[in-house]
Amino acid sequence: MLKRIDWLTVLFYVLLVFFGWINIYSTTLSDTSISIFNTSTLYGKQLFFIGVSLIGVLVILFVDTNFFERFSGVFYVVGLVLLVGLFPFGKVIGGAKSWYDLGFMNLQPSEFVKVAAALALAKYLSDIQTDIKNRKHQFYAILIILIPVLLVSPQPDPGSALVFFSLFFVLFREGLPIYFLGLALLLIALFVFTLMFGTIWVAIGLGMMISLFFFFKRPDLKIPTIPLVVFITGCLVVSLSVNFVFNNVFEQRHRDRFGLWLNLEKDTSKLEQIKKTIGYNTYQAEKAIESGGFFGKGFLEGTRTKGDFVPEQHTDYIFSSVGEEWGFIGTALVILIFTLFFLRLVQIAERQKREFSRMYGYGIISILLIHYFINIGMVIGILPTIGIPLPFFSYGGSGLLFFTAMLFIFLKFDASRLNESI
Amino acid sequence: MKKLLLSSIIIIIGITFIGRLSYLQLFSFSPNQILEDPAIKTVYDYPERGYIYDRNGELLVGNQPAYDVMVIPRETRALDTLEFCGLLGLEKEDFLLKMKKARRYSPRLPSVLVAQLSKEDYARLQEKMRKYIGFYIQKRSLRDYVTNSAANVLGYISEVNETDLRTNPYYTAGELKGRTGIEKQYEDVLRGRKGVKYIQKDRFNRDIGKFKNGKLDTLPELGKELHITIDKTLQEYGERLMHGKRGGIVAIEPTSGEILAMISGPTYNPDLLVGRERSKNYTKLHYDSIARPTWDRSILAEPSPGSPFKTLNALVALQEGVILPETKFKCYNGFYVGKNKKGCHCGGGTRDLNSGIFNSCNAYFAGTFRKIYGKYKTTDEGMDTWEKHMKSFGLGDYLGTDLPTGRPGRIPDKAYYDKAYGDNRWASSFIISNAIGQGEVAATPIQLANMTAAIANKGFFYTPHIIKQIGNNSTIDPLYTQRRYTTINKKHFEPVIDAMTNVYKYGTAKWLQIPGIEIAGKTGTVENFTRINGERVQLTDHSIFVAFAPVNNPKIAIAVYIEHGYYGGRYAGHIASLLIEKFIKGEITRTDLEKKMLEKTLEHEYAKPLSGEPFEINEYNW
Repeated sequence: MLKRIDWLTVLFYVLLVFFGWINIYSTTLSDTSISIFNTSTLYGKQLFFIGVSLIGVLVILFVDTNFFERFSGVFYVVGLVLLVGLFPFGKVIGGAKSWYDLGFMNLQPSEFVKVAAALALAKYLSDIQTDIKNRKHQFYAILIILIPVLLVSPQPDPGSALVFFSLFFVLFREGLPIYFLGLALLLIALFVFTLMFGTIWVAIGLGMMISLFFFFKRPDLKIPTIPLVVFITGCLVVSLSVNFVFNNVFEQRHRDRFGLWLNLEKDTSKLEQIKKTIGYNTYQAEKAIESGGFFGKGFLEGTRTKGDFVPEQHTDYIFSSVGEEWGFIGTALVILIFTLFFLRLVQIAERQKREFSRMYGYGIISILLIHYFINIGMVIGILPTIGIPLPFFSYGGSGLLFFTAMLFIFLKFDASRLNESI
Repeated sequence: MKKLLLSSIIIIIGITFIGRLSYLQLFSFSPNQILEDPAIKTVYDYPERGYIYDRNGELLVGNQPAYDVMVIPRETRALDTLEFCGLLGLEKEDFLLKMKKARRYSPRLPSVLVAQLSKEDYARLQEKMRKYIGFYIQKRSLRDYVTNSAANVLGYISEVNETDLRTNPYYTAGELKGRTGIEKQYEDVLRGRKGVKYIQKDRFNRDIGKFKNGKLDTLPELGKELHITIDKTLQEYGERLMHGKRGGIVAIEPTSGEILAMISGPTYNPDLLVGRERSKNYTKLHYDSIARPTWDRSILAEPSPGSPFKTLNALVALQEGVILPETKFKCYNGFYVGKNKKGCHCGGGTRDLNSGIFNSCNAYFAGTFRKIYGKYKTTDEGMDTWEKHMKSFGLGDYLGTDLPTGRPGRIPDKAYYDKAYGDNRWASSFIISNAIGQGEVAATPIQLANMTAAIANKGFFYTPHIIKQIGNNSTIDPLYTQRRYTTINKKHFEPVIDAMTNVYKYGTAKWLQIPGIEIAGKTGTVENFTRINGERVQLTDHSIFVAFAPVNNPKIAIAVYIEHGYYGGRYAGHIASLLIEKFIKGEITRTDLEKKMLEKTLEHEYAKPLSGEPFEINEYNW
């Protein structure tokens, strides 16, 4: 059994967890040097969580492979119940009612639901009766994704809500027409460009792109007129409605985040104000990364890390510590490890013979990938601020435990793939 | 396609991240960041500024501690405002206003609440200070003047301004820097080098220990003490003599070029520019545009040199071989330039070099001057030759002293006259006034003193300088130990010096002899003009005197310039005579002369052009 575990993936996992802990140690180290095993310190706690996670790994490896598939529906329902239970019993941390207080640790059920949703979606799609081309089945699959979204959004936890959306990649892999993705990207593009340049320029750009398309298209390709007109009108309507949504649906803090992200604010004094308030974290994180330069300032030498200039640095902003202390070498290495890690997981997913395993694999890759994309994108200032941890890296017990669990469940499926007979 | 979608997204994300990170960490990164890093506080440890001693090792400038009351607004607690104000000597409103200012500057950083307490206030306040949380006393070092003279020579220090900060990376806001005089010239030496400590802060600006365990910290380097060439006694005495008079005095030791005294009148007490009243006093001094106490006349005033310049014309004529000491000119109580007669006060008669100098005969030197030009075919050539000789005495250009200011004076050349009269539209008759040191020539008192030193040395001088010793190192810049030779042959100096000795024996300064000391000198009485309501008005002549003594072994060369002091033998001659005696003998034997100079002022002269009424000039009685 152990021989068939994909040790390369495990190596990437160990590297990420280890380097993550190193940076947590640096950000949370105080002057009085205390043993790294002392759980009154954050780095001590994280070490304890790493130990718990290892126990979790052992448990997963010795549980029967079919257990997860068989009980996936149960997990999912339990998860939803836990999410609903947050409304009366949840504990508020950092403004979001997303936690259960277990005494020795705080548990975030949405982490558990992420695993459960990936399992449930895989289970449903791999069912012999499910046909992804069927509109009704498409609807049910999407419902599995959307129910958790509806439950976590009011906490509020927009980060987790986005994570569930990432499960759409599973659907694309299994045959959901790709234009859904194209449509989503188009909407995002329209939204961003309208905010940045205004509707008129979006219309001009759209016109130019369609002209170019007609200029270069194959002569024999016929474009029906009515859908084209509908498409153009649709785009313009969306573009025109952007300002309304932005000014009336969004709250001020959202507007500020977008404003900062897209450089919408031209008034320098207001910009300074945003940098000191809503954009403070991002601004400080960017500056900390920038100050690292190529070689970084060295382990435990990051002045901004030591000075605690970046709030939440051990959790969501842990990557800024990498940037400051390890420089470009460190950040590039982390990006490289993550990239190889994800590519390896895709490779593993594709070699699964069982559809369930492959779909579950795609589910967890999507979940991990969107965490990684949004977290680092936010810290280095190319995405707006959305609170979401960096998998295996950020401080946090339930995060590490469930990221580890979802990964090793997959590795367990992979290790037992040769025993399967279908 | 479906299988590659996720892999391509993973790779695109990776490339985007690497791209953004290279932008941040490779392109936006600036290596010089320790001072800009908000997480590192830089604390400076200032060394004491170097002391300044005079040529005999007497202390001129030391340091005194001063105490600033500082406040960190955030840390203050409720306090008995009235009692505290009483201790600080502040009004309550004033106190509240200052607190508000400090809070506005920064609630977390210290601000000065009361600057530069006196020692007495400090003693009173110190024991009660612990009652006032958030306030503390910071010690600073200020200049302490042991003398009340030489203000312009010593110069003053003040806080660095924006320009200093921009141009010199050494300074940070609030530091002190030499502004004028020696404090400016030898700033680097006196200042020393501040020590630096880097302290790691957190985002609330609290200290959380040394940055890198103090690896980058440096210790302060003490400022060096400076010995200058000024003779404190002579300087102080000269300033007393200048009481109520405007002008400049420079005394030089001819054998070394060391400046013994540099006196400018009116002057001020250097103590005025130290302490709490500093800015008030500075404004008062700086904006006194009539007496201009901060304008160092000894090195900046550029009057026409008057008759002392005749000695140089005599030397040039001898060097050029156009006259011999015996050559005679006739004085018709004046001389003619074309049809115009210019006056002479020598008494008339036939003059040779000796009596031409000691009686200061204008006609003699007009003749001599014409001969110099007559030697050359064109006026241009004569001009060039004359100019070259004059400039070799350090005239007409910056002398190169180690003082941060100076003026070139003027030896007019072809270009100057071409500009004034048009190209080649002038002749030697236009410039005849230069023969007697009037007209276009101009020289600062230090140039006159230096010229006198060159005569005393019979043909060379050392660049006048103020530095004698830096720290323990008594070798100074070789620039100041090299002889600068004039273009005049040594032998020609003998007759001129003889004649200058006769100035004291028989001539214009015979009432000013010092018993037991043989002096050579030359008086000067310089016509000068001003403009009142657009009209050119003549004022009382400037009184100028140059001298050196003893003749056989010159120890001091001196130039005295007194604005509107009338003829040379009057104020300038008296003061020069007293200073020479003071320097050589160490005491004054002619107390009546001394008393007269200490008491007499020229304020009535200076008031004349400002009175708005018609006035007499060159009044005989004094």
